[in-house]
Amino acid sequence: MTNTIGDIEDADVILVTGSNTTENHPVLSRHIKRAVSFKGAKLILVDPRRIKLARFAHLWLRQNLGTDVVWINGMMRVIISEDLYDQSFVETRTEGFDEMKKMVEKFTPEFVEEITGIPAADLVAAARLYAGAGAASILYCMGITQHSHGTDNVKSLANLAMLCGHMGIPGGGVNPLRGQNNVQGACDMGGLPNVYSGYQAVSDLAIAKKMEEAWGVTDLPTQPGLTVTQMVPKAHEGEFKALYIIGENPLVSDPDLNHAEQSLKHLDFLVVQDIFLTETAELADVVLPAKSFAEKDGTFSNTERRVQRIRKAVDPPGQAKDDWEILCEVATRMGFEMHYEDSEAIFNELARVTPSYAGISYERIEQDGLHWPCPTPGHPGTPILHREQFTRGKGLFHAIDYIPPAEQTDDDYPLYLTTGRVLYHYHTGTMTMKTDGLNERVPECFVEISPKDAALYELENGERVEIASRRGKIQARIQVSDKAVSGTVFIPFHFAGAAANRLTNAQLDPVSKIPEYKVCAVRLSRAA
Amino acid sequence: MAAEQRMVINGNDFSFTPGETILDVARRRDIDIPTLCHLKDAVPTGACRICVVDVQGARNLLPACVTPAAENMIVLTESPAVVRARRLILQLLLSSGNHNCAVRGSDGQDWTSFQLAVRSDDGSGELCPVWGDCRLQGLAYRYQVTGERFSATETAYPMETVNPFIVRDFSRCIQCGRCVQACNEIQVNNAIHVGYRGAKAKIIAAGDRPLKDSDCVFCGECVQACPVGALVEKDARYKVRPWTAQKVRTTCSYCGVGCQMYLHVQDEKVVKVSGVEDRTPNFGSLCVKGRFGFDFIHAPQRLTVPLIKENGQFREAQWEEALDLVAQRLGSIKQSHGPDAIGVLTSARITNEENYIANKFARAVLKTNNIDHCARL
Repeated sequence: MTNTIGDIEDADVILVTGSNTTENHPVLSRHIKRAVSFKGAKLILVDPRRIKLARFAHLWLRQNLGTDVVWINGMMRVIISEDLYDQSFVETRTEGFDEMKKMVEKFTPEFVEEITGIPAADLVAAARLYAGAGAASILYCMGITQHSHGTDNVKSLANLAMLCGHMGIPGGGVNPLRGQNNVQGACDMGGLPNVYSGYQAVSDLAIAKKMEEAWGVTDLPTQPGLTVTQMVPKAHEGEFKALYIIGENPLVSDPDLNHAEQSLKHLDFLVVQDIFLTETAELADVVLPAKSFAEKDGTFSNTERRVQRIRKAVDPPGQAKDDWEILCEVATRMGFEMHYEDSEAIFNELARVTPSYAGISYERIEQDGLHWPCPTPGHPGTPILHREQFTRGKGLFHAIDYIPPAEQTDDDYPLYLTTGRVLYHYHTGTMTMKTDGLNERVPECFVEISPKDAALYELENGERVEIASRRGKIQARIQVSDKAVSGTVFIPFHFAGAAANRLTNAQLDPVSKIPEYKVCAVRLSRAA
Repeated sequence: MAAEQRMVINGNDFSFTPGETILDVARRRDIDIPTLCHLKDAVPTGACRICVVDVQGARNLLPACVTPAAENMIVLTESPAVVRARRLILQLLLSSGNHNCAVRGSDGQDWTSFQLAVRSDDGSGELCPVWGDCRLQGLAYRYQVTGERFSATETAYPMETVNPFIVRDFSRCIQCGRCVQACNEIQVNNAIHVGYRGAKAKIIAAGDRPLKDSDCVFCGECVQACPVGALVEKDARYKVRPWTAQKVRTTCSYCGVGCQMYLHVQDEKVVKVSGVEDRTPNFGSLCVKGRFGFDFIHAPQRLTVPLIKENGQFREAQWEEALDLVAQRLGSIKQSHGPDAIGVLTSARITNEENYIANKFARAVLKTNNIDHCARL
């Protein structure tokens, strides 16, 4: 997030898109609901489902799946043509305005309505509302990113915020909501193929030299590596021999699971380090037991870049160890001595080589966490990014055209499927499904369908159906719901026994390599 | 901004900003005015009146939570009149239900019959589930109230136990309204309200249906806000006493909000979770997963020893053997196929320290940049 969670209550207008916030970030959603209910803020919701936030929204724009670039460009066209944009911000803080302006020219409200299904008048109203706000915050999640053109969607939202000068101010910003406790930290710490910790490029020779000195090694690789969505196909082709998986369950969370499973079986050697024998661990050659968060010390970085402590509360079961300790043991056996006293010693080392974390220490975050960048021990942290300038100096407008989703409906697969999470479960369910109460609330997979579609396909609430895509099929119970809009069904991906990802499309965004989980074509039929 | 003004509390001179209540000024200076219904970040209602104070020149005692501080105001927070009023309020509250925290029996003869009546309502032979962790009990002790001044009233509504997370014991509800405010003003789930006005008043959900059939999302904000034993976590009820559990502060391990929470540990087990109040980013709020979804920590399915697969079957192994095997296999694959034939999937679930080590392991030990995690998934 460019801004903080608490900051949401300072916004005059909040635009939420591709985030079912009340179910996936419930505690953050209270700030949205409080802002709207008690502080006079206006909520614009752009989402294909009638999610709970629609009750709080002043405008709910229902777009067709995968058409986000269109409505965003459409809003910008309205804002530019009605001269509602922040001219001084555009002049002093950005570049590339003219190309972007030319690109959005064709996205008239009528054109937008035709492609997205959003009524022209609603689009114009949303554009005026967003542009007219003193401070407007954009909140988005995987509904924006998990598309074959998700990067375009994100850049478009950044365009919109810059156009109206809603950047670098309290109550503003472009705020991705991170779905996992430490997904921010995993990125910050170099858990990515192209960067070391602190987003220092592996291809930068000066950085490589610095890391070589810090780590006492030579010849660090300078070619960016493969993403998870590239490793899996390469394993299938046989080029890729070994995978060391820590605390992940790709055999439920990956797209096009049937293919992913075959790929992992092709590996010569698979190590899985986890707290449970997950579907993925079942395939491993060696499984190593790790501690859970309640059994260890360390830090997580939350969605607002705040680095916070976790603390050991109980002993681990059996012989489970810290993930770092296991890795150090393997490294040492491979001839590279790695020893640390405790997690704090590791933190002190990472702070030395990571400029954005350099000023953070366990002592400083004993009570409240700090927002990175925090470059020096006296620095107060950075709750709001891009206050004076952007990371690259001037903010760059991207001229982005619309590319339809990779898969369309047809006579064989007439319905769109979109996937996501529900309130009561988390990701692949390995943790939440151990709590009886959560299972009682949502015991099994379901397919959410509109009353109209249910009638059309003559399906009853609670009935078991088969859902098939071009890649696979699963069974689930029908849940007739007002949340669904006709033509589109929704399935949560938590359930390994009816894994929605047997259906999803592995088509990747060309830049981010994120799969298109949010759009594919399916058909429903009564289960045999 | 308005100029700073001054007032006197208990003989000491304090400055305040217009708009602050007497309670705000007192709290800021660590003067302990007791409250029951007052809930931070919600609109004060003045409903319980336990916070009444003596304001010079006022005709009646005034509730500190809703009375604005005024220039040259002179306030006494524990005058004899204040103490008398608070004792009366406490006596009324204690007679309003199953408050079997022993204070009310200290001067009476019919404690046994009262306790037996509570037991038949409550199904437990023990004292109230929040004994020792109850604001009403604490105030009764502080003001040395003996609870038998008024005869006990019948409990009008049966306990609700039909949902998996929260027990609603209406016999212990003092109708302070904190749960209603927590639900409507803090989490804004708008699931519970005050119903049936007057003597029959009850906190209701969805036209007086069980919570499980209402808009309730089981965030448990109401449980944390309840100052008495009316709302208690089902699994912790009669199992966790505050003095037997140790609280360890940590960060939630579900979504990316990073809520600050206490793990309550008893007999080496996490038995309850509560939100850390007054601290960013969640100020005490949690969701159903964070508050109730902790069984996985002690689940019997946890991995406890390394496993090695032989002939398609896992067998248990010693750490030494498993680690040697991993190092040897990775080493030989690196040797024969090059470092880029190996990849590491690190995790969005583990710590920064561990991710940093995974990044160092991939790059400095394996010598590959093939490292990623599930941010994309």
